[in-house]
Amino acid sequence: MKIIVLMKQVANKDAILRINKEGTWIEEGDLSFEVNESDGYALEESLRLKEKHGGEVIVCSMGPQRVKTVIKDALARGADRAIHVSGDDLQHLSPYAAANILADAVRDEQPDLIMTGLQSDDYGYAQTGVIMAELLGMPHATIVIEVDASGEQLRVKRELESGWYQWYEMPKPALLTIQSGISQIRYATLKGIMAAKKKEIKEVSPAIDARPSHQRIEKIYLPEKTKQTQFLGNGDAKAGAVALAEKLRNEARVI
Amino acid sequence: MSNGILVFAEHRDGSLNKTSFEAIAAAQSLGAELGQEVSAVLLGSGASGLAEEIAAYALSKVIYAENEKLKEYTPDGYTDAMERVIRAADPQYVIMPHTYLVRDYAPKLAARFGKGLISDCIRAKISDGVVTFTRRIFLGKMDADVVSDGEPPVFATFQSGAYRGDQAQKGSSAAQVETMPVEVGEVRMKPEAPFQEVKQAVDLSKADVIVAIGRGIKSKENIELAEKLAAALGGDIAASRPICDAEWLPIDRQIGSSGQTVAPKLYIALGISGAIQHLVGMKNSGTIVAINKDPEAPIFDIADYGIVGDLFDAVPVLTEEIKKIKEQ
Ligand SMILES: Cc1cc2nc3c(=O)[nH]c(=O)nc-3n(C[C@H](O)[C@H](O)[C@H](O)COP(=O)(O)OP(=O)(O)OC[C@H]3O[C@@H](n4cnc5c(N)ncnc54)[C@H](O)[C@@H]3O)c2cc1C
Ligand SMILES: Nc1ncnc2c1ncn2[C@@H]1O[C@H](COP(=O)(O)O)[C@@H](O)[C@H]1O
Repeated sequence: MKIIVLMKQVANKDAILRINKEGTWIEEGDLSFEVNESDGYALEESLRLKEKHGGEVIVCSMGPQRVKTVIKDALARGADRAIHVSGDDLQHLSPYAAANILADAVRDEQPDLIMTGLQSDDYGYAQTGVIMAELLGMPHATIVIEVDASGEQLRVKRELESGWYQWYEMPKPALLTIQSGISQIRYATLKGIMAAKKKEIKEVSPAIDARPSHQRIEKIYLPEKTKQTQFLGNGDAKAGAVALAEKLRNEARVI
Repeated sequence: MSNGILVFAEHRDGSLNKTSFEAIAAAQSLGAELGQEVSAVLLGSGASGLAEEIAAYALSKVIYAENEKLKEYTPDGYTDAMERVIRAADPQYVIMPHTYLVRDYAPKLAARFGKGLISDCIRAKISDGVVTFTRRIFLGKMDADVVSDGEPPVFATFQSGAYRGDQAQKGSSAAQVETMPVEVGEVRMKPEAPFQEVKQAVDLSKADVIVAIGRGIKSKENIELAEKLAAALGGDIAASRPICDAEWLPIDRQIGSSGQTVAPKLYIALGISGAIQHLVGMKNSGTIVAINKDPEAPIFDIADYGIVGDLFDAVPVLTEEIKKIKEQ
């Protein structure tokens, strides 16, 4: 089974975000990056499917040179080769434009399965995979938490709202968007890291000029506060804790 | 020429999803400001009763698109049907609730029109006839104002709670229901019946006090710290999703859209950023406390009391202080 897994690099969750001069995005210069959370699970599930059924896992990431970190890490964990869709202005595309470019980049591979995360932690569009499936003419399932690829048809378990689940059956090739927690993520071994150095990373540079955007960010800003929070301790966490116990007792009267 | 607003109503097991009314409220508010008519669309088979139910709202009409293949939701079926309805109605805006079902098919639908969705919006403002949509980005840490600069229709989805369902306006008389038989092509996915996992061992909905931990707790060993606080308060321990994903705590301790919904008298969030999927599960708690080292963490938006700082400094002191109070 040939599996393509899409992995995006996003700002580190604990990074302090500063807005750029134009007010249209964050300042990326001094930022640290990591792999998008659900994409890590998409890779893990792909590797497990390969271990069970044989085949190949190809990791694909789009973005500037720095996304090579994500690619190399995926290769070290066990992906067989990589496609880097490279360019400096590819991070700010609309989901439709991004899906178009990514679909073009993987189409010729004719994969049996494409795996993506369910949502990116920066833009949070929750669309790239589903649009790709449409462009590639594949059926898809979103928010997948279990995959059974042992039969002719694919069986997947989807998470629905408030504790409900549902199994779906569909033919291959198909695209799945993976929910976090589907399985426990492995670490890269030293052997894996060494082996990764010899693995192929194919670089492609798409033209993006002709792609319509359809949605444009005018500005970004910190959300307006809706509730008056009483901040305690003035930066001193221990003093804050003492004040908090007193407030919970005498003001909120909950203890 | 494209005109009007089309709002998508969602249903399951014979009843309308409550977010459908929120979407109707959103569409009505946009319609009033833009001076455009609002109509609703419902897809199904044998669901005309639900269409009648929607017709009670102030809408220019309700399109009930019918096909046997729409009895159960599938992305193929819904996309085909909605595409036909939209091509026939030619609306300028298509408004939907940002539910799991909409997330599953709406990007595919928008792609048929050569575009994506302006997804998961929290509000929309209109000036000079231009709609500016606001969406949360970076897991709730920032807001982005977004405009559409393509051809109509504009597809937008609204986050649960962005508009109030009880503010959807009823009409003075019932709107006309237009039944539209729609063609649906091949449906490739076969859904099985939805189910719930075996009853959860822990029911947190009755807890008076909940101490919830997030990724800020750093390791499984550190959970003890939060457990001691919970014990001092006579409360239960709970967590955000990543903690349960890592199997540091069982999944029945998870709070949020894919976990439990709780409303204790006191909810203490330790090292939880406050992503919307977590907030929906606990925002109705009585007193909310957040301890987080990031002063901009979205959890502070809904907290009554906040400590900006390291939870590893604050929690042991808080536990001791509470023990002292309880002993008095
Ligand atoms: C479809 C879908 C469903 C989801 N369902 C759920 C759900 O049911 N429940 C849920 O919780 N999430 C859910 N999520 C995930 C959600 O979007 C967030 O990713 C998650 O809630 C983040 O968890 P967190 O706050 O623990 O981690 P993070 O966002 O990583 O936040 C960690 C926080 O800890 C703080 N911190 C770090 N170190 C310290 C320290 N020493 N002292 C104090 N503070 C510290 C940081 O400042 C940060 O704010 C869902 C997501 C999707 C897309
Ligand atoms: N630049 C990218 N490179 C690789 N994969 C991506 C990229 N952008 C989006 N994806 C994939 O699409 C998923 C959904 O992203 P989004 O539609 O932005 O929420 C992510 O979890 C990734 O798997």
